[in-house]
Amino acid sequence: MKRPLLSLVMLNPKQVLELNLPQWDLLIRQARRANVLASLAELLNANVVEIPERARLHLKSAQIHADRFNIALAFEIKCIQKALKDIPMALVLLKGSAYFMAENNAAKGRVFSDVDILVPEQQLMAVEMALTNAGWMTNTLDPYDQKYYRLWMHEIPPLRHLKRQTSIDVHHNILPKTSGKYPDANKLLANCIKVPKYNIWVLAAEDRVLHSATHLFHEGDFTQGFRDLLDLDNLLKEFATSDDFWIKLLQRAKELKQQIPLYYALRYTQKIFLTPVPEKVLLLSKQQMPNHINTVVMDALFLRALLPDHDSCNDKWTGLARSLLFIRSHWLKMPVYLMVPHLLRKTYRRVLGKELH
Amino acid sequence: MNNVTHSNIASLSKSQLQQAIVKGLDFRVGLFNIRLVSSIKELVPHMYNLYGAYELLAKDSFIDFHVRLSSPSALRRYIRPQVSFFLDGYAPFKPLPYLQASALFEWGLNWCIASHANQYLIIHAAAVERNGQAFILPGTPGSGKSTLCAALVGNGWRLLSDEMTLLSTYDGKIYPVPRPISLKNQSIEVIRKHLPQSVFGQIVNDTVKGTVGHLCPPEFNVQMGTRPALAAKLIFPKYKQGTKTELTTLSKGKALLRAAGDCFNYNLLGVQGFDSLSGLVDQCACYEFQYSSLDEALILFTEISN
Repeated sequence: MKRPLLSLVMLNPKQVLELNLPQWDLLIRQARRANVLASLAELLNANVVEIPERARLHLKSAQIHADRFNIALAFEIKCIQKALKDIPMALVLLKGSAYFMAENNAAKGRVFSDVDILVPEQQLMAVEMALTNAGWMTNTLDPYDQKYYRLWMHEIPPLRHLKRQTSIDVHHNILPKTSGKYPDANKLLANCIKVPKYNIWVLAAEDRVLHSATHLFHEGDFTQGFRDLLDLDNLLKEFATSDDFWIKLLQRAKELKQQIPLYYALRYTQKIFLTPVPEKVLLLSKQQMPNHINTVVMDALFLRALLPDHDSCNDKWTGLARSLLFIRSHWLKMPVYLMVPHLLRKTYRRVLGKELH
Repeated sequence: MNNVTHSNIASLSKSQLQQAIVKGLDFRVGLFNIRLVSSIKELVPHMYNLYGAYELLAKDSFIDFHVRLSSPSALRRYIRPQVSFFLDGYAPFKPLPYLQASALFEWGLNWCIASHANQYLIIHAAAVERNGQAFILPGTPGSGKSTLCAALVGNGWRLLSDEMTLLSTYDGKIYPVPRPISLKNQSIEVIRKHLPQSVFGQIVNDTVKGTVGHLCPPEFNVQMGTRPALAAKLIFPKYKQGTKTELTTLSKGKALLRAAGDCFNYNLLGVQGFDSLSGLVDQCACYEFQYSSLDEALILFTEISN
């Protein structure tokens, strides 16, 4: 496949030494659209390469933003910890904030909008109450949306802090109850690991990979697809240094019923970032898939949707691929008898202008 | 001596300019390289009348902002036509009525700079220079800062910037972004009377900010575009009908707090933002300024800049 300039640079940063100005221009554009400009800055800094002045200013500007974001994120997590301190449970962070607290490479330069936490389902009400008392409020008052989240989703409707305008997603699982393959959340909680420095919890290394994979490959909106795949590339490279990581990852995927997302994660990180996934692991991952997947079709979709959302990375089929994956995401999330009325309702509301997305 | 002269937008005929904008017009605004792509005809007179002095970029330049203005959808080209602003495919604002395209271009460019140039502390202020001294005029909409800025520039002051002042966090200097000056509502008539020679772009009615017109910046201000200036005065102007001209000294502490509130990225820059802004306040004499007569204001500003 033809890789975009950004992935070529991500897998071999020294390559920027050969870029001319218009190529630098394109690199910065792709990185900005993929929301990885600050991550690119970190990567290039670590590799001490010379950068033309104009490009350097854009990278620096994004880095200043990301640094500030990290300070705000650390503060936000402290506020959440404080609000939930009386609830007898381990506070588990997910995704971006987990990578940040666990000091994973994936966190470098990563800027995102919500803090995601995982709590035991039986504590959900207590958690929501405690957050509400501390100033968070539900984002949506629409009764349909409220019902949709509470009845079918793996999270309650997002909460927003009244003063800081920060957003938190409280999850009790990593997949909706309506999807066929949701895992037993207790298994995730049982293997959590503590980050002693901050007295906070994150998923086990394998589970962090699996959650990242599950999230991405159930996604309907691939605007951040490239960034999320880069997370997987970073996590896999970082964790692969431990001997039994791959074996544990494959086993765990089976236990949590996430064999399909794992296979996709391994396949597409390898294709787009040349992530060093051992051949044998890829083969084993394919063998443990519960059903046959037509890789020709999936490649045609994912190899388009997972590229940066930028004109230079699109071909004439990209729009169609993204639309089909949007429908697929609903297909995976809920059975047809729920999906059809849900999508009709959403479309109707969008036509009336009541919904922005 | 480097004798290469760059051609500017004025070297293109109107029809050449239109073709260039359809394909992509590359030009320099202060320190920023812009590419504008659009097939919207309303933009051509705007660019032709107001951007003549701006330098065209050499082929293969690094472009800071790839800007496109177009209809949000095919349907919107015909039914209640609308226009959207895109920075490299991303639309930061909701679409506006088609006739507001030129205003949207100016606002969009403000947004591009304000949200992507964190090497500067960006103050919502006009900046003008005389006798080697830069005056920074922060102000909320309606404070009369642009009107004052337009009058000063029309009377020989150098325009550094109208909508936002770029204070470098590296050397503490003010970097220019000379752009057309945005005037609203009655200010347009006031400046037309005060400066009968002034050239305005298309006057756009019924925008969110009311009636908006852009005033062409003096050619030499645009051409000396990248030379920074040293700030000497920080003045918070306030236009108030019927009031007498009054300049009141403002304590450094108060000036710092007020200016912080007028910055776009003060919080984002953290300690760096505080250091840069307190450096600026330290080196400037700080005032509050109340006025209703432009003539009196001009005399006073000229006095304190001598």
